[in-house]
Amino acid sequence: MLEAILFYSFAGLALASAVGVVAQRNPILSALSLIVTLCSLSAIFGLLGSPFIAALQVIVYAGAIMVLFLFVLMLLNVPRREEGDGPRGVLKGVAILLGLLFVVQVGAVIAAHGHAAAPAGYEATTQSVAQLLFSSRFLYVFEATSVLILSALVGAVALAKKDL
Amino acid sequence: MTFPVQHAIYLSLGLFTLGVVGVFLRRNIITVFMCIELMLNAVNLAFVAFSRAQGALDGQILVFFVMTVAAAEAAVGLAIVIALHRSKDTLDVDAFNTLKW
Repeated sequence: MLEAILFYSFAGLALASAVGVVAQRNPILSALSLIVTLCSLSAIFGLLGSPFIAALQVIVYAGAIMVLFLFVLMLLNVPRREEGDGPRGVLKGVAILLGLLFVVQVGAVIAAHGHAAAPAGYEATTQSVAQLLFSSRFLYVFEATSVLILSALVGAVALAKKDL
Repeated sequence: MTFPVQHAIYLSLGLFTLGVVGVFLRRNIITVFMCIELMLNAVNLAFVAFSRAQGALDGQILVFFVMTVAAAEAAVGLAIVIALHRSKDTLDVDAFNTLKW
């Protein structure tokens, strides 16, 4: 019972702050709403039996990525002027309508086919995830991600530097 | 009584849709980036929920890789935003139309 209460309150919090990310006109407030979304998603990961992903979510997303976002927002000193409506007035209605259509369509598919009974006693501990990650199935992919991170590092410096 | 895993998929659907709508609605390029992060998180939630429903751990590994790609994407993307801001002095997505005919 407690699990269900926690799940639905964190789900509501995540959805409400996600609406805040989209509806907010000041990008700094959007970033702060996004941090609330990420933290409540971390709680939901924990409730779904994935403590490793929950910790990773807080450390990588809320810790590293959002700090990067806020850092760039502060660095660029964006003026807080209102965004003009302009030709986007029509687009706004179309986007919201298409979003609702997408929710109804995919929601109907999930409602029709998504009745899986979760097996009991499932717990994705750090140990079991690490054993799979470092097994021969995923080891080379894992090593490839380190190359990806290195190239992203070099690329970010090369792009943001004024004259290399 | 606990919650059905299906409801986590519904939450993932809602968050993903909000991210898509945000990409269409927002004009500030950094807010558009944050909406992309929102979509990536919705996908992560779907992976974890399916992993839970199947009782398999592969979804957790995929979430790990998605997070890695998201971190790399954020670093490179924000560097591009800084370079764009330097050349045009604005963050409005409609101002960057050099490649558009």
